Amino acid sequence: MAKPRTLFDKIWENHVVRTEDDGTALIYIDLHLTHEVTSPQAFAGLRAAGRKLRRPDRTIAVADHNVPTTDRSKGIEDPESKLQVETLESNVKEFGVPYIPVDDIRQGIVHIIGPEQGLTQPGMTVVCGDSHTSTHGAFGALAFGIGTSEVEHVFATQSLVQKPAKNMRITVKGTPPEGTTAKDLILAIIGKIGTAGGTGHVIEYAGDAIKNLSMEGRMTVCNMSIEAGARAGLIAPDETTFEYLKGKPYSPKAGQWEQAVSYWSSLPSDDGATYDKEVELDATKIEPYVTWGTSPQDALPISAMVPKPEEFDDEGRQAGVARSLEYMGLTGGMPITDIKVDTVFIGSCTNGRLEDFRAAAAIAKGHKVAAGVRALAVPGSGLVKEAAEAEGLDKILTEAGFEWREPGCSMCLAMNADKLRPGERSASTSNRNFEGRQGPGGRTHLVSPAMAAAAAIKGHLADVREFLK
Amino acid sequence: MDKFQTFTGIAAPMPAQNIDTDKVIPARFLKTIERKGLGKHLFNDMRYNSDGSENEDFILNKAAYRGAEVLVVGNNFGCGSSREHAPWALNDYGVKCLIGTDFADIFFNNSFKNGMLLIKLPKEVIDELMGDAKLGANARLTVNLEDQTITRPNGEVVKFDVDPFKKHCLLNGLDDIGLTMANKSEIDGFEGKDDGSRPWMPKIQLTD
Repeated sequence: MAKPRTLFDKIWENHVVRTEDDGTALIYIDLHLTHEVTSPQAFAGLRAAGRKLRRPDRTIAVADHNVPTTDRSKGIEDPESKLQVETLESNVKEFGVPYIPVDDIRQGIVHIIGPEQGLTQPGMTVVCGDSHTSTHGAFGALAFGIGTSEVEHVFATQSLVQKPAKNMRITVKGTPPEGTTAKDLILAIIGKIGTAGGTGHVIEYAGDAIKNLSMEGRMTVCNMSIEAGARAGLIAPDETTFEYLKGKPYSPKAGQWEQAVSYWSSLPSDDGATYDKEVELDATKIEPYVTWGTSPQDALPISAMVPKPEEFDDEGRQAGVARSLEYMGLTGGMPITDIKVDTVFIGSCTNGRLEDFRAAAAIAKGHKVAAGVRALAVPGSGLVKEAAEAEGLDKILTEAGFEWREPGCSMCLAMNADKLRPGERSASTSNRNFEGRQGPGGRTHLVSPAMAAAAAIKGHLADVREFLK
Repeated sequence: MDKFQTFTGIAAPMPAQNIDTDKVIPARFLKTIERKGLGKHLFNDMRYNSDGSENEDFILNKAAYRGAEVLVVGNNFGCGSSREHAPWALNDYGVKCLIGTDFADIFFNNSFKNGMLLIKLPKEVIDELMGDAKLGANARLTVNLEDQTITRPNGEVVKFDVDPFKKHCLLNGLDDIGLTMANKSEIDGFEGKDDGSRPWMPKIQLTD
């Protein structure tokens, strides 16, 4: 009998074009997503070498990082941001790449629109010059971020030179308590294994707590795989996946649908498949989480205290914690719920989908954003925005005091006008709390959409469970 | 890409763990459409004060370490964003080699594609090299990729491993797109077969 294979093994083997003696493989790329920040130098490289783009029909471009989230009729004010978006627009014309314009209803964050358009499908290889490409692993697609040189390589050859990753499985057992969401699960996972815990590995998420998530929740989990250092995250495709894909613009059409589902159903890991690394978590014990420091691994339950450097064993880690506390303006030992916030950001490729705004609105309904707090709700795409408005979520949020914005990456990385000022503190549904990530000197606490809404109303990091009583 | 040649250079110690690519080059400097010119913003928010003056406590602003060509770094250097602007900035500044216990995967790959050598060594060896680096400009390291050796200031030679394909590309200044294009017929073959086995795969065309 053939050796049992993991989901990763199967996708990998299905895409190998050739293998060198040392195990280095040329793997075929099914779908290439591209945006304005990491593509200009790759297009310039093609041009300089007189090369063409091999598969425009497997490539899609959208501007998301630099776009304004306020009135777009005025265009982009910042000349550098403007040039980058215009450069993308002229490059897609020159190389014949399908492009979603900024004023199109389908425009949005590249990792939101791939799934939304049905482009991301189980068993695919998906790349993008963006580390959060791991998001697409929620569909059982091998999806990972690449640098610009590799973007150029994929443009020219629709393939990549890679060494196979190791297999890691993270099993989250049981049903999480009320108030604990996909975001809390992934923060708890990163808190446990650390920001380098997945280096060299592809993480397969398994267990009831993962299986019972919606596609949107699964995307939130896979999105942050890179924050655990993993090359990619994967979740086995199942009925939930197929149901989501049914009827999407680029999903397989009738006649081919059954054939596709049959192929997709063959992908989940075989019984007895082995993993290089295994980790288990008990979902029933995972509370709503929040980060206190400047690395996503600095995650704790909301009921915890900010840690002190001496609570850590490793000398290097102690120095890191001391530096984080200084940057964050926090004192070890203080309750996390005493941390006041100036800004709340709900959005990003981690938590900018319809379900996320539903969760935020459910908490915000009938409340007001605390005095002095700026609260932004930034849908991940024009279609998310439209769907949220159809349900009246925008009304609930604006009545509570949120600003309801146009779609884009926005304050997740502050490349457009949405940023924290030095010393300002946010509760943010994004993915990175690095120093300066949301603006120079800005301080970020990562939370779920519901927790972000709770923080907006209370004016400090707060336990969302108080709103559920 | 320039060929990687043996050199002797100043090594700067950067022992902090998890130095992410946002620290190497903050997002607001990614608005360029060029590969060149990012060196002045390398480690921008650590290197400069908010008024634009140099932060004299930052390692590369100290007289002994200006012009460092090697960085001896803490674990998980390069984590976070996939931005190739991070190796571009290091490269533009003049860094040719980073030495640490481990690096984030994407950053590791991106660096080699820009002619830089990243060396992984056990913690005990990194501790010794970090000690060497702390000696400043008088303590240079010699990095020889051909022989896979680092020569310490005391003359001791440290061997390191490197992926043979990456070594080949670095030593010969090869960009791997050309190498892959030589296998075009195999890619054609894969596509031909795949069109038959997965006929439902999307063909993207945005016209409306």
